[in-house]
Amino acid sequence: MANLKAIRIRITSVKSTRQITSAMKMVSAAKLRKAQDKIVRLRPYANKLHELLVDLSNSLSDSEVENVYGRVSPPEKVLIIVITSNRGLCGAFNANVIKETKRVISEKYADQFRKGNLQLLAIGKKGFDYFRKQKMNMLPEQNNLLHDLTFDNVNRVAEQIMNSFSILEFDRVELIYNQFKNAAVQNLTNEVFLPVETAPAVKGNTTPTDYIYEPDKEEIIKELIPKSLKIQFYKAVLDSFVAEHGARMTAMHKATDNATGMIRDLTLLYNKARQATITNQILEVVSGAEALRG
Amino acid sequence: MKIEIITPDKKIFDGEIKSVRVPGKKGSFQVLKDHAPIISTLEKGSVIMVDQGGTEKIYEISGGVIEVKANKIILLADSVI
Repeated sequence: MANLKAIRIRITSVKSTRQITSAMKMVSAAKLRKAQDKIVRLRPYANKLHELLVDLSNSLSDSEVENVYGRVSPPEKVLIIVITSNRGLCGAFNANVIKETKRVISEKYADQFRKGNLQLLAIGKKGFDYFRKQKMNMLPEQNNLLHDLTFDNVNRVAEQIMNSFSILEFDRVELIYNQFKNAAVQNLTNEVFLPVETAPAVKGNTTPTDYIYEPDKEEIIKELIPKSLKIQFYKAVLDSFVAEHGARMTAMHKATDNATGMIRDLTLLYNKARQATITNQILEVVSGAEALRG
Repeated sequence: MKIEIITPDKKIFDGEIKSVRVPGKKGSFQVLKDHAPIISTLEKGSVIMVDQGGTEKIYEISGGVIEVKANKIILLADSVI
């Protein structure tokens, strides 16, 4: 039978672990709610911007607009943006992104990788550390984006990337990140950031309004495309951020549950051991008394 | 006339107004009731709204787009200072 004292120490230690995991769960839940608010506030802007773009591109043929961000060329120089988290303890969240990135590199861009034309931009410490150890070609990390996640900060990074695309530093930019579905589920997403595909012409049933355009349609479209790109980028970072907290909350919830189960098993074991000792002691007393009478 | 001012970070204003003056790319212009439908890009400058009571409200924006349609104004601002 296990040592009584050892079991008692074990129970205390599991209990304090449970306290930590349940506190982390609470913290993640609070952060999740806050981050979700941000997404909810972004949505009206993103939707309206998209509507405007679709409206405009419907009334224009593609060839009329020259668009530096739409340049399609064979992907010789590729940038992959890997969005992970700065901290661990969030289940398979980071591992999934890293796995997907490795898969994309070996399946889609093996040639570019061999020639050294593949670069990675990591947002999030976990991805950065991993790929730096693999001696990948990394751009300077952008980990503090996640500490202070505002549109302006993310904008700056998006602008840099768009700029290097327009001066032919890259032919293709892809995003790999976790998209938030709900607190327990993240969708691993791999989307093409640049070149941009012009909004598909949807034949809506709304009658087109006769707008006055100022300065003119082309100018407006030229301004709206970079805007919508920045929004797309911001949304990806935000999505990953929300998904991270969702993943951590779920992971910590499971850890708390496991700790509770463990405490129950240990307590049972402890009580069994305790009773066995008592029974033994009684037996000894009784047999001792018996021997005296004999 | 209904106006919504939205930035990527939050909704700045949503309500009824009498008129609004915005810094258009080709010069600032004012939108009153029954303005013709218009889409215009905006420059850095101030958006001056006059509400039902006649009081002025001013927002400094760093650029954006405005859409006016059937007495409904949507102003997408890049950021409000």
